Amino acid sequence: MSLVLPAPDISRALTRISHEILEKNSGSSTITLLGIPTRGAHLAKRIAEIISKIEAVPVQVGTLDITLHRDDLRLRPPRALMPTTIPSLGVEDRNVILVDDVLFSGRTIRAALDALGEIGRPKTVQLAILVDRGHRELPIRADYVGKNIPTSITQSVTVHLTELDSVDEVLIEGNPE
Amino acid sequence: MKHLLSINDLSKIEAVSILDTAQEMARVSDGPMKKLPTLRGRTIVNLFAEDSTRTRISFEAAAKRLSADVINFSAKGSSISKGESLKDTAQTLQAMGADAVIIRHSASGAAQRLADSQWMSGAVINAGDGTHEHPSQALLDAFTIRKHLSKGASDLAGLRIAIVGDVLHSRVARSNVLLLAKLGAQVILVAPPTLLPVGVESWPCSISYDLDSVIEGVDAVMMLRIQLERMNELFFPSAREYSRYFGLNSDRIRALKPDAIVMHPGPMNRGLEITADAADGARSVIVEQVANGVSIRMAVLYLLLAGNQEIGATL
Repeated sequence: MSLVLPAPDISRALTRISHEILEKNSGSSTITLLGIPTRGAHLAKRIAEIISKIEAVPVQVGTLDITLHRDDLRLRPPRALMPTTIPSLGVEDRNVILVDDVLFSGRTIRAALDALGEIGRPKTVQLAILVDRGHRELPIRADYVGKNIPTSITQSVTVHLTELDSVDEVLIEGNPE
Repeated sequence: MKHLLSINDLSKIEAVSILDTAQEMARVSDGPMKKLPTLRGRTIVNLFAEDSTRTRISFEAAAKRLSADVINFSAKGSSISKGESLKDTAQTLQAMGADAVIIRHSASGAAQRLADSQWMSGAVINAGDGTHEHPSQALLDAFTIRKHLSKGASDLAGLRIAIVGDVLHSRVARSNVLLLAKLGAQVILVAPPTLLPVGVESWPCSISYDLDSVIEGVDAVMMLRIQLERMNELFFPSAREYSRYFGLNSDRIRALKPDAIVMHPGPMNRGLEITADAADGARSVIVEQVANGVSIRMAVLYLLLAGNQEIGATL
């Protein structure tokens, strides 16, 4: 198991992503951050805090559970649903930024796009990700990336966040082939 | 969890997980798009060998909101009325590729029989079997109580709930006593002795014959329907006497705690176990129970059908 992203690097990456989001959307007034549970939800909250400090206004932030839209439900045991909370202004005509911890096959994001479509029609949908580990199975890319980490398909990437795991770190397990 | 047959089969954790799942499903029902792709391609059969409005359309709505295909099958107008056995009906459904069968039957244990037999391989959901159980009704009642009274807790610890009326013939009462007690509530059955089943002393609840002494201290009062169709002997002297002693009227509503709620699983005999002003008053959550029923049944269908049960349940 090797540490690829220690706590200070995670914090710097989130700060940079926050600035990039503000730059691309010309401020925070049109953006809505939606984190994908569980760890994406915490990352979205952190990015919202950083942005609201920079801009000195509160940011629209919520969570979007995608379980009911997954395409692998039948391949796994039944999953518990996580809460979805849509902030007060909704998603209609907003610049929605989906936030997740790891971008891998892209199937989670495909499900998220479907889940989002059921709530409303955003102006744009952007994607912020802490770690992009490659091996996409769908034509999906991230707009904001904390770190690109090339991996072998047999390795696994684990994100720990203080909110849940008492430490901030990104680990890779398994041998690169 | 492969079937939903009896509350006894559920652990407290499983029951709470069904309620939590239903809470998310309720959000879908409240949204602009009431349809999810989750159970696309699954076939669900509503096998109703006994009359029902609410439960059948509630299961049908739940299945349709999750994009499953629904086949409705009732005793009237099918081969059941020609005397076809449950076994032959089940094998027919199996041959048609039913992934789940929701069964209501006048015989207690019919759902269990269907699940234990090798007649069909799909999930079996008990939608009421004789005077035995009606687990999805109890789950929706617990969901409704939790929503109004638990103050954010995941269970019903510390709440006092009275279940009043025809306990003898009520599968709703039996399932509710088991579930509410499992979730930590204190349950009091209130009925004339003739309408209490044999062995009720062993249920996890207390018993009273006097509604007026109980009503002031409860957080929820659940009225049961007097099941006239199952009454082939005399259980009380007259309907008027029953109403006077065990009916919910506006005087008894006034005796309730300020935030207590009034429930009824439906269909109601207005004027017998509940008066119209009690049923339609501000305390009544009877219509909301029906809406919550769809969410609970979506949760049950999702948990039984969406995942792969062979791999092992995380639930």
